[in-house]
Amino acid sequence: MSENIMTVARAMVECLKAEGVKHVFGYPGAAICPFYDELISSDIEHILVRHEVNGGHAASGYARMTGKAGVCIATSGPGALNLITAIATAYMDSIPIVAITGQVNSDQIGRDVFQEADITGSAEPFVKHSYIVKDPSSICDIIKKAFYIAETGRPGPVLIDVPMDVQDMECEFFYPEKVEIRSYKPTTEGNKLQIKRVADAILKADRPLICAGGGVFLSGAKDELKQLVHICNIPVINTMMGLSNIDMSDELYFGMMGMHGVKAANYAVSHCDLLILLGARMGDRAVVALKDLKNTTIIHIDIDPAEIGKNVEVTTPVVGDIKKILTQLLAVIREEKHTEWINELSEIRSSSETVPETRKDAVNPKQFIQTLNSHIEKDAVIVADVGSNQIWTANNIRLTEGRFLTAGGMGTMGYSLPAAIGAKKACPDRQVVALCGDGSMQMQFMELATAVQHGINVKLVVFVNNYLGMVRELQDKLYSRQIAVDITGSPCFDMIAQAYGIKAENVTDISQADQAIRNMLSSDRPYLLQVFVDKEEKSII
Amino acid sequence: MKHTISVLVENHAGVLARVAGLFARRAYNIDSLAVGVTADENVSRITIVADGDDYILEQILKQLNKLIDVIKVRAVNESELLTRELVLVKVNCTPAQRSELISIAKITEAKISDISLNTITLELSDYSNKIKTFEELLRPYGIKEIVRTGTVAIQRGSASLTI
Repeated sequence: MSENIMTVARAMVECLKAEGVKHVFGYPGAAICPFYDELISSDIEHILVRHEVNGGHAASGYARMTGKAGVCIATSGPGALNLITAIATAYMDSIPIVAITGQVNSDQIGRDVFQEADITGSAEPFVKHSYIVKDPSSICDIIKKAFYIAETGRPGPVLIDVPMDVQDMECEFFYPEKVEIRSYKPTTEGNKLQIKRVADAILKADRPLICAGGGVFLSGAKDELKQLVHICNIPVINTMMGLSNIDMSDELYFGMMGMHGVKAANYAVSHCDLLILLGARMGDRAVVALKDLKNTTIIHIDIDPAEIGKNVEVTTPVVGDIKKILTQLLAVIREEKHTEWINELSEIRSSSETVPETRKDAVNPKQFIQTLNSHIEKDAVIVADVGSNQIWTANNIRLTEGRFLTAGGMGTMGYSLPAAIGAKKACPDRQVVALCGDGSMQMQFMELATAVQHGINVKLVVFVNNYLGMVRELQDKLYSRQIAVDITGSPCFDMIAQAYGIKAENVTDISQADQAIRNMLSSDRPYLLQVFVDKEEKSII
Repeated sequence: MKHTISVLVENHAGVLARVAGLFARRAYNIDSLAVGVTADENVSRITIVADGDDYILEQILKQLNKLIDVIKVRAVNESELLTRELVLVKVNCTPAQRSELISIAKITEAKISDISLNTITLELSDYSNKIKTFEELLRPYGIKEIVRTGTVAIQRGSASLTI
């Protein structure tokens, strides 16, 4: 018998190895047993999470840092269903992940047997593509295609559902080198005529502005963006997903736009005469800044043609990979100044920037984050959860060469700790700090065990105000009342951390922040800071 | 406004669910849908008649194109299309009414597909409005049952949609 004949389960592991996968995140169960049996004896490191959704978020954090698809694994039925929120989160943020799920035996599918769920059907709205493996000889081809689809074009999650009996069947292992999918050919090169139009528009504009989104990371175009900004002296702002794709201390950087953005960025949008949307899908939270535009020329550069013209009417669409398009563009542009426009924006920026005040009896979270800025290494990875903590972090963190991660599109609470775990596995040499609220903390703190078990040195800052703060703000504003936002009764998170064997400190006054942050960052183990913040602190600046 | 969209897809299990699901979750309205295999048995053709303005049509085409199993998508102007639907109508028909109904069938070029003592089943393949008129002609006799397919469409002249 040829040595290439093996079980599907073994072939799956061989495929992952051939794909260069080093770490996977998952949670075992009955229907995925054959695969796990092979996985555990391989040299791929399996990070055992404490809830399937967090395996998905960890894979997503990993993918955001490596640019390669992150892999998460779950069993059939509830295990697979628990993954859906993470898959949807990755889908909204265009993050490549390959999710592998076990399925009940193929002859039992459709009979409502124990732990059966139609996962390909349930996850359909949130995946770029999905497969259910029925023919054992198709497994290698499917895994190759799954990685290819997840990582190319506009990245996204791909699901592979493998019935338990199929995992035990024999197949011939042969990992294809190339993929050919006749119906999937993403455009990467920008159309030359359109590039020329962009260059002409830049030349013509007096008040140009670049709005850089998450696509800049996905295509690895940070350097090209920086060059464009500096050669043409074009001010640049970010969507939330784009934060840290340009050095935040750059003179030409004017902050985050949109509903939760800063004044300078939103002023820039409403006063520019040329707006270049760069890998930004212009979600509704960002697009509010564009509502008053009238005679602005809008250029939208994106790899997904379906995003162009979806939420914003565009003058010039350019479809393709941002890195390639910017490279093409850099070859045809020339130096420009725009001094007046830049001065105008700089003035708005300096006059609207406020120094957060020190609060009595509680910490001003904005002040805490600004203190954190002076301690983190310059390439630190900061993971913000969802809610007030996210906006405080987005608008106050100052990253130069670091990376900001968040669940921008889906707004999934409980994302930060598992994503930080994934990010740290991807970049073990970089500081990884997750910041969350007391609400989101309670959706994820089981993952402290994962960090401990696998020795993953992540830092966690929990802002405590006994409120679901952002919802409270909305209810105050829209309904003049507070309902169901009070989460009094939450545990002491320092004691929770200690129960997991993790060192924790409390920060009740800003004067303690400096030392506490120092202690946290200098520790070579996971560390938790519980920061008691002013209950009235709002998310907007 | 009505648009006729032809979609060539991989002939796999689950593809129709993906296409139909896309319309449902993005709130696009489907008037009719017809699926059948093409000359290449690995490829199926889905013909969709959808309602919406130009923005919706553009979104439908772009979103359909994003589905991995979709090979080609095309929306063609009504005037350049040959469209057909098939309808089977079972009408109450006493022996005394037979000659009347047979003459309606003759004029409309419908086929008499089945007959019983008190009913007659007529079959017509034509474009949508003609079928509507046909139904109205038969209504006074009492329609017992009506079965209609979705629209299928092919471009007039030599233009074609193949892979």
